[in-house]
Amino acid sequence: MELLYSMGHYFMLAASSNPQEGEPWFFEPFFAYLVRRWDRILVMTLEHFELILVATAIAIAIGVTVGVIISYYEPIAYPVINVTQVLMTIPSIAMIAMLIPLFGIGFNNGVAALVLYMLLPLVRNTYTGIREIEPAVLESAKGMGMSELRVLTKIKLPLALPVIMAGIRVAVVLGVGIGAIAAYIGAGGLGSLIFNGIERVNYPMIWTGAIFISIIAIVLDLILGWGEKRLYRY
Amino acid sequence: MVIKLENLTKIFQPGDAPAVDNLTLEVDEGDTCVLVGPSGCGKTTTMKMVNRLIEPTDGKIYVENEDVSKKNPIQLRLNIGYVIQEIGLFPHMSIAENIATVPRELRWPKQKIQERVDELLSMVGLDPELFRNRRPSDLSGGQRQRIGVARALSADPPLMLMDEPFGALDPITRSYLQNEFLRIQEKIKKTIIFVTHDIDEAIKMGTKIAIMREGKLVQYATPDELLSAPADEFVVNLIGGNYSIKRLHLIRVEEILKEPFTVSPEDSLDEAKEVMEKSQLELVLAVNGEKHLEGLVTPSSLRKEGERVGDVMDTPDLTVDSGATLNDALSVMLTNGEGYALVVGDENRLQGVVTLNAIMEALQDNEK
Amino acid sequence: MRNKWVKRSIYIAILLAIFVGYPWYNIANPADATVARGLMPENVIKYGQDHLVLWGAAILVATAIGVAAGILISRPQFRFVAPVVVNIANIGQTVPSIGVLAIFMGLLGMGFSTAVFALIVYGILPILRNTYAGMITISPGIIEASRGMGMTPYSILRRIELPLALPVITAGIRTSSVMIVGAATLATFIAAGGLGAIIVTGLSVMRDQLFYTGAVMAASLAILLDYILWIIEEEAQA
Repeated sequence: MELLYSMGHYFMLAASSNPQEGEPWFFEPFFAYLVRRWDRILVMTLEHFELILVATAIAIAIGVTVGVIISYYEPIAYPVINVTQVLMTIPSIAMIAMLIPLFGIGFNNGVAALVLYMLLPLVRNTYTGIREIEPAVLESAKGMGMSELRVLTKIKLPLALPVIMAGIRVAVVLGVGIGAIAAYIGAGGLGSLIFNGIERVNYPMIWTGAIFISIIAIVLDLILGWGEKRLYRY
Repeated sequence: MVIKLENLTKIFQPGDAPAVDNLTLEVDEGDTCVLVGPSGCGKTTTMKMVNRLIEPTDGKIYVENEDVSKKNPIQLRLNIGYVIQEIGLFPHMSIAENIATVPRELRWPKQKIQERVDELLSMVGLDPELFRNRRPSDLSGGQRQRIGVARALSADPPLMLMDEPFGALDPITRSYLQNEFLRIQEKIKKTIIFVTHDIDEAIKMGTKIAIMREGKLVQYATPDELLSAPADEFVVNLIGGNYSIKRLHLIRVEEILKEPFTVSPEDSLDEAKEVMEKSQLELVLAVNGEKHLEGLVTPSSLRKEGERVGDVMDTPDLTVDSGATLNDALSVMLTNGEGYALVVGDENRLQGVVTLNAIMEALQDNEK
Repeated sequence: MRNKWVKRSIYIAILLAIFVGYPWYNIANPADATVARGLMPENVIKYGQDHLVLWGAAILVATAIGVAAGILISRPQFRFVAPVVVNIANIGQTVPSIGVLAIFMGLLGMGFSTAVFALIVYGILPILRNTYAGMITISPGIIEASRGMGMTPYSILRRIELPLALPVITAGIRTSSVMIVGAATLATFIAAGGLGAIIVTGLSVMRDQLFYTGAVMAASLAILLDYILWIIEEEAQA
């Protein structure tokens, strides 16, 4: 009951346009904050992008390689995918803490944690993408005398690309959100705004962090989704 | 159970051409009324208005003189069997649960439901022990369709609606199930509204055929009348000429059966020879005391070594069941290159022989 | 059959042993007084309890609301709002978990009940989305067959639609559960306790034994809960 009451109270405040009735709590301070600290927000946005970019690049390299390898060694495919699935269920702050002995505190730790979370969609999609290719296609490629390496690079990977791309998309959107937590151990990015905002009880700061992270995720999702659709053309 | 459709009209979107246009139709008790026509002619829409899956824009439907629009749709539907193509089976339920759907809605006691399920499975020719607990995905298309029929019959509704029930099956299975359904219908005597786009199926299954085009009724007649007096060019085209061949779908083998010449497997070969001379067919059938068909004796089998008929007889192939049409019998003859087909009833009981000559005679009689 | 359950029991036992044994060992062998203070048994138990209650309450309420709302927007009368709701759910999903907690702190103040509330809202989204997706992918032919046979709308929902959508719904509940366990670890930032508290304390006093204990407990609990839900999912499908 108390919960509902206080929620209602806040919404009433939000709705009231008359400043005398209560402090304006959302739009005015939010935009004021954006205008005042736009340079800092920009830097953090760039940091966030940097974190995602580096982590995605490494995760693609590892994830696609692992996906390709397990497509050749069927018996280890499910165990490997299961391990990546278990990694994904670990709470992010616990993951970051457990990586400290290896990567210390800061950017590297954030990248490592993100890479581990991104593995599942990449490994799984690479594997299924290759597995789902028509056997007849592969047979005819081999029949034409292509070496296994050429079959992989010229036939398998290009045909699996749309599915891998879908995995990249899931991984990136996931990474944007988890990147916020990495800010806690000094990996930088927009998550710092949320953590600092909580500490200083500065709501415009929290909202800025949350909204900007959400926008980045949506924009990247749209761009990658568009790219994925183009790949599906043939 | 008499069904009357009165000035039935359905317009889906205002401004669109009516899907069903001022349709008036009466189906008598025990009749199988087949609605037939090209896709988009409104046949399925008409049928779905009977159990109120679609509400008419105008006009009335009376089932046993009761206006269906005044009845509770749930109660109405529980009293109407509904068979659609195999997609209508529930994939997550066992065969028994599928068949028990309506009885469960009617809150029958468990024991009664179980008995009914087994009874129906046997009726459609599936062994309850084997099939009760299987899932629809374990069954072939033909078996699924039998379950669809059994499910519709579960609460013994006086009226059945069948929407292209055999549409998704291959021609052989389809013809087989059609015959079987005709045999079941002979016993249960339901009033049936049957939708199909296949005129041959209509002629075979229907006691009355309603030909529809663009929502309107073009002709409503018995199959015989339809073939001898098609109402207009459209009907002629739908039937597709060659009436003699169409008639093959219309006449059942039962109507032209010849009494077979039979011997017992215990009889001696001389006795068999004697019987064969009496027949003009060079064909004698071996049956046991209860007229179960045991074997086939031809001149070539008589040349074999042996003392009794049972030693030399061949396994009887070339059989059709008693519900089969002349078309079925003819196709059996043609595939085997023989001039006869054996007609068997329940439990492989011999009923007679159909010959090529008899088929030709029957068609000539009909021309007159 | 037996074999399957033996394997499952062993797996659960291992995870439980880690979840209990690791902190037990560290409580018994603290490196220094700071660690000992951070690992007072009653605190550790309290944080573990918090974590489970946060998760349990949030997943139960989120399932109830998510499934109900998913069913509601899949009804023909409400289907026109479905794209809007699903889009809002998708957008809401992109807000990071710490952001959701922080935003609710702004609305409701700090504390345990705020965290429960935030986790519920956060957890509803995947359940709602999957329930709706599971409902609308059922073949219309099946629904029409059941209507045509005279089943009531309630029977159709209970006997046909829900059982057919169940695998998709349980997958949604599992996704939601993973998200809630992870977010519950962050509840400590808005003073709602949970196993995250041990990690955060450990990080702020830089005692790796301390934050390791918290991290291992949080991770093993998350894996354990997900595994149990996976078993339920498997059994529900069989």
